[in-house]
Amino acid sequence: MGACTMQSLKILAVLISLLGFAAQAQSPTYGVGRAPTPAEIAAWDIAIAPVTGDELPAGSGNADQGSELFMSKGCAGCHGTDGHGGMAPRLVKPDMAVPDDPWRWGRILPIRAPYAPVIWDFINRGMPLGQEGSLTADEVYSLTAFLLWLNGVIDDDQMVLNAETLPQIQMPNRDNWAELPEWLPNQPRLPEYPY
Amino acid sequence: MGSRKTDRREFLKQSASLAGAAALGATARSASGQLPGPEAQLRGTEELVGYGQRSRFVTSKRIPHGGRPSPDVFGLDFHIATPLQDQVGLVTPTSLHYVGTTRGAFVPDIDPAKHRLMIHGMVDNPLVFTMEDLKRLPSVTRLHFIECAGNRASRRHVTVQETHGMTSCAEWTGVLLSTLLEEAGVQEGGDWIVAEGVEEVKGASSIPMSKAMADCIVCYGMNGEPVRPQQGFPLRLIVPGGEGILNVKWLRRIKVVDQFYMTYNDYGHLRQDPADAALSLQIGPKSVITVPSGGQQLPGPGFYEVRGLAWSGAGRVARVEVTTDGGRNWFDADLRGEPQPMAHTAFSFSWTWDGKPCELQSRCIDEIGQVQPSRAEVARFWGQPEDQPPSVKGQDNSIQPWRIDSDGGVHNAIA
Repeated sequence: MGACTMQSLKILAVLISLLGFAAQAQSPTYGVGRAPTPAEIAAWDIAIAPVTGDELPAGSGNADQGSELFMSKGCAGCHGTDGHGGMAPRLVKPDMAVPDDPWRWGRILPIRAPYAPVIWDFINRGMPLGQEGSLTADEVYSLTAFLLWLNGVIDDDQMVLNAETLPQIQMPNRDNWAELPEWLPNQPRLPEYPY
Repeated sequence: MGSRKTDRREFLKQSASLAGAAALGATARSASGQLPGPEAQLRGTEELVGYGQRSRFVTSKRIPHGGRPSPDVFGLDFHIATPLQDQVGLVTPTSLHYVGTTRGAFVPDIDPAKHRLMIHGMVDNPLVFTMEDLKRLPSVTRLHFIECAGNRASRRHVTVQETHGMTSCAEWTGVLLSTLLEEAGVQEGGDWIVAEGVEEVKGASSIPMSKAMADCIVCYGMNGEPVRPQQGFPLRLIVPGGEGILNVKWLRRIKVVDQFYMTYNDYGHLRQDPADAALSLQIGPKSVITVPSGGQQLPGPGFYEVRGLAWSGAGRVARVEVTTDGGRNWFDADLRGEPQPMAHTAFSFSWTWDGKPCELQSRCIDEIGQVQPSRAEVARFWGQPEDQPPSVKGQDNSIQPWRIDSDGGVHNAIA
């Protein structure tokens, strides 16, 4: 009993010191700044790992729901009812597309992006214009699903997209993009290129 | 005797004051005589005493770039080009520094007292800094150019503002990003960072850790004052030599990650061809003659100082060469001052125009030996068909030709 209490107290003391340290921690060399709280990190941690979708939040949606949101959230007003013909960038591949080369369809996010979380990330951070950050996670999943369905990447408008299924979508450019070289100071941009 | 002395002193004093009066009179007369003064004066106002302004006779302005208006129908600013043809010296005046934005942006109005920079992800000590915190840390002040990847000359452009106006050079002050990352303690495998702004679209770019640790600066100062709102007030990441979009404005977050994050900014620069991708990230050796340049008019044959700017994303400018006969003969230009790494370097070349049609060009050779190519050289290197206009892969660093006609008119000579 006594030992047990001592153990609990020790754990408690460690916990308190950890919490105290976390709240006040400063940079080790210059002693400025502080540690962010988990809530502060969560609020700003919006960039989504493209391949694995690590930062994707809970929630889900499908293309059917997305088609409704595309109208009700005003997307169609700028991008056109069918994802083209508006003042804002085109969201659907052109009809005269060369079937086997997605790079020739133009810079159209929901079809050129090699990974589906890239589409989710931009809708979440950048749309709708003037009301950025107002969409719920469910709505972003639904709109992403709608754009994928519109471009023929998924066939089923009831397919549920969530943090598990979204990264598994096979985009046409999935393994069809050029990785950037490591960038070292005072090194040429491209070996053997004299310019 | 004594009184006479006094009289004489009085007389001398009076003479002196008379002479003074005469001198004043002379000045007054000369204003309408052989030494005319200014036609008018600028009356001091509290505003002008507090914060000066340029002469009303100086009207140089930025212009929207790339065929899209700024502000556009949504009120967003997109790409805005600096008037290089009017620039005197090396540093771009802050009010004229070029502006590029992610997809068009409203400029955020940020209270620096509330602004925070967070560093987190694959680090031992996640940290949040206030502006005050950052200003306590060791700082650097360096000249660096920024250039938009869309700074691509075309045959349709008339002036150097249109062909090359999406680059500028400023003196930047702030904390080295390596200082902040070392304080946070980067973990094994943390090979990339994502740098993100606070504006409505939360513009974010991925940068390799090798570059982040080398020379990137988290800047609060620009040309001797706080960074301006259009340039990222209160905090901007400067990525020396990198394409413009990497220089994240209104910076509030740096996350250390294990992979290229392919943010919306990054996505726009994705390429299918690895060579194309490699030539897009870092700015190549580049230069342009700003005087005389497209749209200008030489009054007649005689002496001219040819002037321009040169730069490279790989380091310092080593040499600049100028040709006045379309590339047959090249001569070394004079470099103004000591070239700085990843900064514009001003050059000049003394030239006497004989009044005959000719073509001026400049080319930059940087400290690692890269040479600015002509468009024809690029086409030959990539084996492009000779009967088609050359296509410069990646960011365009090709030579700009200016043709001078016998009437002194200066024209863009891109074929």
